[in-house]
Formats: sequence, C-alpha cells, structure tokens
Amino acid sequence: MTDQAYNFAYLDEQTKRMIRRAILKGIAVPGYQVPFASREMPMPYGWGTGGVQVTAACLVPEDRLKVIDQGADDTTNAVSIRRFFQRTAGVAVTEATSEATVIQTRHRIPETPLTEGQILVYQVPIPEPLRFLEPRETETRKMHELEEYGLMHVKLYEDIARHGQIATSYAYPVKVEGRYVMDPSPIPKFDNPKLSGNPAIQLFGAGREQRIYALPPWTEAVSLDFDDHPFETSKAPHDCDLCGAKDSYLDEVITDDAGGRMFVCSDTDFCAGRRARGMKGRLWAPEPEGAA
Amino acid sequence: MTVMERLVATDQPLLKVEALTKRYGPRIGCLDVSFDLYPGEVLGIVGESGSGKSTLLSCLAGHQRPDLGRIAYDGRDVLAMSETERRRLSRTDWAYVHQNPRDGLRMGVSAGGNVGERLMAVGARHYGQIRGKAVDWLGRVEIAADRVDDRPSAFSGGMQQRLQIARNLVTSPRLVFMDEPTGGLDVSVQARLLDLLRGLVRDLGLSVIIVTHDLAVVRLLAHRLMVMKSGRVVEQGLTDQVLDDPQHAYTQLLVSSVLQV
Amino acid sequence: MIRIENLSKSFTLHNQGGAVIPVMAGAGLTVGPGECVGLTGQSGAGKSTLMRMVYGNYLTAGGRLMVGEIDVATAEPREIIALRRHTLGYVSQFLRVVPRVPTLEVVAEPLLAVGTPADHSRERAASLLRRLNIPERLWALSPTTFSGGEQQRVNIARGFAHAYPALLLDEPTASLDAANREVVLTLIEEAKARGAAILGIFHDEGARARVCDRLVDVTGFTPRAAA
Repeated sequence: MTDQAYNFAYLDEQTKRMIRRAILKGIAVPGYQVPFASREMPMPYGWGTGGVQVTAACLVPEDRLKVIDQGADDTTNAVSIRRFFQRTAGVAVTEATSEATVIQTRHRIPETPLTEGQILVYQVPIPEPLRFLEPRETETRKMHELEEYGLMHVKLYEDIARHGQIATSYAYPVKVEGRYVMDPSPIPKFDNPKLSGNPAIQLFGAGREQRIYALPPWTEAVSLDFDDHPFETSKAPHDCDLCGAKDSYLDEVITDDAGGRMFVCSDTDFCAGRRARGMKGRLWAPEPEGAA
Repeated sequence: MTVMERLVATDQPLLKVEALTKRYGPRIGCLDVSFDLYPGEVLGIVGESGSGKSTLLSCLAGHQRPDLGRIAYDGRDVLAMSETERRRLSRTDWAYVHQNPRDGLRMGVSAGGNVGERLMAVGARHYGQIRGKAVDWLGRVEIAADRVDDRPSAFSGGMQQRLQIARNLVTSPRLVFMDEPTGGLDVSVQARLLDLLRGLVRDLGLSVIIVTHDLAVVRLLAHRLMVMKSGRVVEQGLTDQVLDDPQHAYTQLLVSSVLQV
Repeated sequence: MIRIENLSKSFTLHNQGGAVIPVMAGAGLTVGPGECVGLTGQSGAGKSTLMRMVYGNYLTAGGRLMVGEIDVATAEPREIIALRRHTLGYVSQFLRVVPRVPTLEVVAEPLLAVGTPADHSRERAASLLRRLNIPERLWALSPTTFSGGEQQRVNIARGFAHAYPALLLDEPTASLDAANREVVLTLIEEAKARGAAILGIFHDEGARARVCDRLVDVTGFTPRAAA
C-alpha cells in the first residue's frame, strides 16, 4: 500500500515531468548525456540515486518492478530499493525477469532476453567515458559535440601496449548509432552485445553527476576496438556449478579457507529458473524435504 | 619536382595576416601586424618580454581572438570559421609546440599513445599500424624505440620536447606554431633540437612561425625575421639581413646586446 | 648575369646618436656568364659590403642590383631565398655553421636544398672534400673544431657543391697553402668554364691574375668624405 506521507514513487509530479523530459531528450538523441536537476533522495550518492529517480519517473501503478544488484535480487541494495518502491508506489514486485515491466539494475544486464515494452534502468556512477583521460568537463563536452573521440582509442591503445590486449573488462565504451560514445555503466563487457539491438528501452541515470542518457529500442551500440584487436566478450571458463549454464556470466564464490571456490550464475533469477526446470550443475543438491 | 621546389613554386601565401590587433583593455597586446607566409618558409618573431610576440602567436593559432584584422589560411578566412572547423584545422593542418612540453603532451599516456593520438583522432583504427607510425616518428626525433611505452614523466626535458614535436608532426601538418621551443633546455640539447627542426622543415616542407627571444635560434632556423617591440613590428625581412644590417634603433640595440661566445 | 647600377649604401647608427655613415655611392659593374670580376681597393673600402649587398645580406639605399632577372635591391624576401638556393652562391670569409652537423652534411646541404637525392649529394660533397684535402676521418665531425684553414676549405666545398650560375667569393684563398690554393683556383676556372658569373675579392695578386678577367676598384664608389 502506498505510504500516505509520500507522493506516488516519492518524487513530486513536477520533478517527474522534468525527468521525463530529460528521458525523452535522451531517447531522441541516443547516447547523448542529458543534464537534469538531480534531487535529494533518501539514500546517499553512490547508492543508486540516479537509477531510482529514473525509475520513479517511469513507474505507473500497473507496473511490476524487479530490482537487481550485480545480477542478484536478494542483495541488501536490491532489497532496499525494491522495498522503497513498494512503500512509495505500491507497485507489484517480482524476481522473474520475464514478468517485470520495469527492471532497475546495478552493473548487470539480465541473462534472459528482454522484450518490447520492458524498461531497463541502469545505475551509473560516472557517465562520462572520457573522464579518466580528460578531467575537464568543458573539454569533454566539446569532444562529444564535435565528435572528437580519438582519446577514447588512446585508452584502448594504452591497454594493448601495457597488457597485450584491451584490458578494460567492465564499463566498456560503445559508439551509439555511429555518433555518440557512451559509457554503458560498469556492466561486464560480457554484457555489451546485449546493449545493441535490444527490444527494450534502456535508460541510464547518474544521480551525483546529474546526467540521464538512453538507448531506444533496436538501437545500434558498437563496442570500440581496433581492426587488429577486435572486441571480444569474456567470462570465467566454467559452467555454473548450480544450474550447469555454459553461457551465463558467473560469480566466483569462495567456499572455505582452503581456497575452495565455486562459480555460480550472477543472475539469480536466471539460475533459479534453470534449476526449477530441472537443469543441474556440478554442485547442485536439491533442498531436503521440509526446508523453507 | 622535389617537395621544396613544388612549395616554393607556388604563388599563393599559405598564411596571410592583415592588420592584426589585440588589446587588453587600454594596453596593446599587438598592433597592426601584417605579413605573408609561404609554404616552406620559417618566420621568426623576436622581441623581449612584453613585446607582444606571444600574444601574436596565440591569436594566429586560434587560442585567442584578435580585436581587429584578418587571417587567411590557404585562402580561407580563419576568423570566420566555425569552432568545429578551427579545431579540425588545429588537429590536422596545424600544429602547436608549447614552450613547456608538459602543456603539449598527455603526461599520463605513453609516448606511443601521445604520438598516436592525432592519428586516432582522424580515424586510424589499426593498432599495429598506429604503433608502427609512432615508433617511426620517435626514431625521427631521436627517441629510442624501446621508450615507446614509457610515460613522458619518465623523460628528460629535451626528450619531452622532441616527443611533443613528434606528436604534432605525425599528421603532416603544413603550418607549425612554436613558442620558445628551446627555452629551458640545456645548450647541447637545444642544439640537437634545432638540428632536428631544420631537417624536418627541409624534408617535410613545413611552414613555421617561431616565437623566441633567442637570436641564435632564429639565425639557425628562420628564413625571415620580424622584430617586435611594445606590440608593434619595428622591422622585418630576411633573417641574415635584419641581424647583419639592422635598420631600426631597437633592432640595432638587440643585435649589439647579444653576448658573443 | 650580375648587373649593378648606381648603387648606394649608408649606415645609420641609432645608438651612436643617429650618426649616418655613407659607405657607397654610384656603384656600378657587370659580370657576364663565364667571367670572373675581381674587386680591389683598400681594406675597409667597401668590397665585402658590396658583395653582401649583392647577396641581399645588406640593404641598399638606392640603385639597381640585378642577378639574372631579379633586382635584389627591391625583391621580396622569398624571392631572395629562392635566388640563394638555386642561382646565387656565396663563400664568405668565415665559416658559419650550425653546431653538431657533420662536415659531409654541411657540404651536401646546398644540394639537398635544391632537391638532389641524398646519396648523390653526399657523393659530390665527398669528392669536393677529397679534392680540398680534408681527410675522410674528419667528415663525420663538425667543422667547428677544425683549424682556420680547414674551415675555409669546408666553406669553399660548400660553396662549390651546387653549380650556381652566379658566385660571390670573399677571399677564397686566404689562409690556404700553395697546394690547396691551386685546387681552389682550379675550381674557379671550372666554374667559369661552365658559364658561372663570378664576383671575387682576392688579396693574393697571383690568384687575381690567374682567374680574374677584369678588376673593379671599389675606391671609386666611396662617397666624398666630409671634411
């Protein structure tokens, strides 16, 4: 039930309209960082305020919300944000990717392919892909305006020179519709291919930096690379120890003090779904009878 | 025809400057400066501190906007250009060598990355080729190829300056602006740098505008010389003529003040 | 090839209270292709001054100074630069070089400047240095450390590397021994034979007699001194 002390989804209507205007602008110019007046939220900067504001502006009472943090529905932050929206918007929640209408995510794209009509909201720490090489905001704005992206390739060049390969493994920059270079938030580069040609609306919110950007459905987003060092995804060369999935992104979990470890799908809903359908990994044992 | 002959044969000035004036409130930065620069020419601008030479250079290079006057590059009106065009010009046809190499380099990027940046900025996308060109240019400025992955912070001042030159010249610019390129360097390092610049000017047919207070540098490097005092050009002509047969009182004073070694 | 008409020159020393020193008036002479004209006159009479004016190193106060088709007195700097590169050579009394450049490069430079391929330029430079008895072990060194005579010979080699149609020679045989003097005079004769117009200053009477076709006394161009 909606807490009577709050407006629907916490933000006042004028703020939501302001954010929606920024979102529309972002969708009209894919990959372009739209400045917006980020509000004080009841969580500190660095805890997803941008994503929360975008989600709040998008929600309608009929929505079903899923919140994940590094692919998991049950981590502290995912739980907090989900509860926040239950309290302030009263919307239904779910852990199933295919049943959600709005998905807020920190640093992962769900394994289950998204469909038209779904909205994926990313939490973004630093929206500017050029920031680490060019600290001046005035310069980076000019670079985007004038499509001066040589510096982006300098970063990749440095990687290859230092490590023999492009070492950037997350927050891997992409070029959107051949125009803007965008930071897709710190998702693993494994997820980059899912950005391109995705039927869902993808929205990116950075609360502290006060920027919103977007990828409308079916937008091309090409990961930057060199002709002789093409972009490659990468993941741990294991199968999921719980569900046996070969092609999902894995978390490495240390199981004891002797260096024992296991690899499990980072996307908890994906893994659970597979297990429910009877697929088993190396270490999966069914729950004993009578357990909760 | 050789590069030089082809260049000298042309009748069109590469850079045409007319009545360029820049004021800072009531103070004069530079006043009514006019000259033509042809391909393959090196023009030296000398003067003491406060003469207006640095103001003039920064107006020419597009770092500041003059109050009056016209600048035409290759027949195009530079002051009427959009910022996009001017920035593109700065990245391709023009180059600017700063007095302090730290201002002209990315200190956090390797030498190869510094040299390759301009190539990547105009669309080079093959790592091997970019690196190859970078190593080639490091060789031309006498930096050992095994330093290609080192950061400029690990280089001496002279090496940093040579790296800055390589970084600027890799896209074959036609016009190079230099602001006291040998300032702050040891004398032997200066000599080496000047050799390098002379060779590059000759082999690449560069046009150069070099601002300096050091008359020995202009004698070595410049074909023509402009002497500035208090924002005005007091004398200009062939370098050896201005230095050996100075007409203006200030030029005579300048020339006679140089210590002979 | 070289035609001087009514040339005048004065120096104004602003830092000596604006003193005006007239040094030349009404100078005139011609040098045709294949000719060598010697300038004579006392020390300080204006021989080197006249030569420098022909080269464009000194400005003229009036008159015409034709080298080929170009009037050096009124030409644009870039025309004079082109003239010096292709047409007019100058061997001064002193060798002035960029430090650190090897002798071979110094001598090859005028050829490189007109676009001669590097290997051919160096070969020609090498042959000149050999004729002028500069040992090969010195070719990789900068001439700044050489003796006066060696420097002079490097200077001459540089002056004769490119076949200039017009040549200005200021004391080319000074500080040379007999053998090297002979080489230089032969070089001058070869240049004349290929049609070069040469204007020279020779203190050595024997050299003058050998190569000069005419002599011009510059004392005649000195303005009447004020009493």
